[in-house]
Amino acid sequence: MAITSEQVLHVARLARLEIPAGEIETVREQLGAILEAVSKVSELDLSDVEPTSHPLDLVNVWDEDEPRPSLAQEDALANAPDAAEGAFRVPSAR
Amino acid sequence: MIDTLRLTAEAAAGLLERGEVSPEELSAAYLAAVEERDGELHAYLHVVGEVGPGVPIALKDCITTRGVPTTAGSRILERYVPVFDSTVAARCKGAGLPLIGKTNMDEFAMGSSTENSAYGPSHNPWDPERVPGGSSGGSAAAVAGGLAPWALGSDTGGSIKQPAALCGLVGLRPTYGTVSRYGIVAFASSLDQVGPITKTVRDNAWLYSIIAARDPRDSTTVELSEPVELPTAESLKGIRIGVPREMSEAEGIEPGVTESVRRAIALAEELGAEVGETSLPRSVDYGLACYYLIAPSEASSNLARYDGVRYGHRAEGATDLLDMYMRTRWEGFGAEPKRRIMLGTYALSAGYYDAYYGQAQRVRTLISREFAAAFEQYDLLVSPTSPTVAFRIGEKAESPLAMYLSDVLTIPPNMAGLPGLNIPCGLSEGLPVGLQLVGPQFSENLLFRAGHALERAIGFDFVPERLR
Repeated sequence: MAITSEQVLHVARLARLEIPAGEIETVREQLGAILEAVSKVSELDLSDVEPTSHPLDLVNVWDEDEPRPSLAQEDALANAPDAAEGAFRVPSAR
Repeated sequence: MIDTLRLTAEAAAGLLERGEVSPEELSAAYLAAVEERDGELHAYLHVVGEVGPGVPIALKDCITTRGVPTTAGSRILERYVPVFDSTVAARCKGAGLPLIGKTNMDEFAMGSSTENSAYGPSHNPWDPERVPGGSSGGSAAAVAGGLAPWALGSDTGGSIKQPAALCGLVGLRPTYGTVSRYGIVAFASSLDQVGPITKTVRDNAWLYSIIAARDPRDSTTVELSEPVELPTAESLKGIRIGVPREMSEAEGIEPGVTESVRRAIALAEELGAEVGETSLPRSVDYGLACYYLIAPSEASSNLARYDGVRYGHRAEGATDLLDMYMRTRWEGFGAEPKRRIMLGTYALSAGYYDAYYGQAQRVRTLISREFAAAFEQYDLLVSPTSPTVAFRIGEKAESPLAMYLSDVLTIPPNMAGLPGLNIPCGLSEGLPVGLQLVGPQFSENLLFRAGHALERAIGFDFVPERLR
């Protein structure tokens, strides 16, 4: 299935991936080949078949709403690339 | 002198119980084996070498371990040191199993050879020029190479069963929902399941009994309907075994694999099983396409969390937040996760959702129905686990689609949430061949019983020939 460079860039932006200009064509070719293979699912007429999203028949699994200990703030921040004043620090949003 | 290549977990426990070996000596024996052979095998990403009262264990690196690096084979988690334990790691600790180390894997469990690990491939103990399979290839290489008596892996499309097959080991992909996913680095949540990789079926049943339980922290888990039994039976009398035609005739199955599996099926008949042919007309034909829509779709959502904010890699010198996200993710992920994130994002995007993801979910229903129909006639189904024996490192690395075919026989039962057990059934070209036993949901005890009887009859030697 053919997919255009514009579609590749659109999907990459949705996926938050910065594809370097020199690699767009490779990504386009590989994605196209895989899409062609997986498009096989469209051969079947399944309009009357219910979709399965989960292999077990579980409905409404409830738990008691009780407070439990959770991560301490310093633990939650322990792996942060950048943190300050008890918060994650990031570059400014434009 | 402890022969770690031959020592089963059950035998190791016996040595400890009788006081013939101390926990320190046992731990030291595995560290010595790691020292001797891991330079060649690269089974481990981090060696810990804990000492504890139970049988030491290796854990796949997507299993979160408090205070021990957990990278899932990815650069994006290179310096990540978890501040909590996954439920399975906690259960192993609770059972007194000391951690030998964390094992190599395809990045985020995406692959069938460990060649997608950001830290380089593991090597097959039977032939180091070949892959150990994947994605739990490090766990399989560690056990087959005598660097761990047993290990945990995780399986989404075949990542326990296939490496167990390629390394001559027993691997269980449990029924979805029997083992907690809390603290497992997520790939495809409706498919991911943790399970044991061991030298014997009895070891496998024992380790499964340690990790399987409902977990309030994972709402997709359920209580086991019956306790796990360590198998003792030597007969298959009264067990009806179906051989799905499409799984024996699938394209790309090597003649040596077919022959070895055929002999195992003949042995099953000699042990008293009733064997007959059955059919899964669309499960094999459409399973792979179904999987490569559902798993990447779920992965694209699960891997959205790697954004350089809370943990993991962050790109330097970003001009703003979006720039930071986009460059962090491009730098941090390897080629295969990026491919699958792109594929999944596309399959879930506006205008394509129904044609791809929605349609794949309907195919999934069809696959479940086909297996349910087969189980009306048969108690278990058998097939090869992998169409091929271990392939050479680099042989399939350039073609994602050729690599995907490694899982063509393990994917269909996984889509239906069914348990599957690989047992080694012989050699082809000097390399192990794996037999896949598949049962209905929650039929682990039956799988262990049948697997154990067959294992005894087959008499496979799990120590790689070149290391005997």
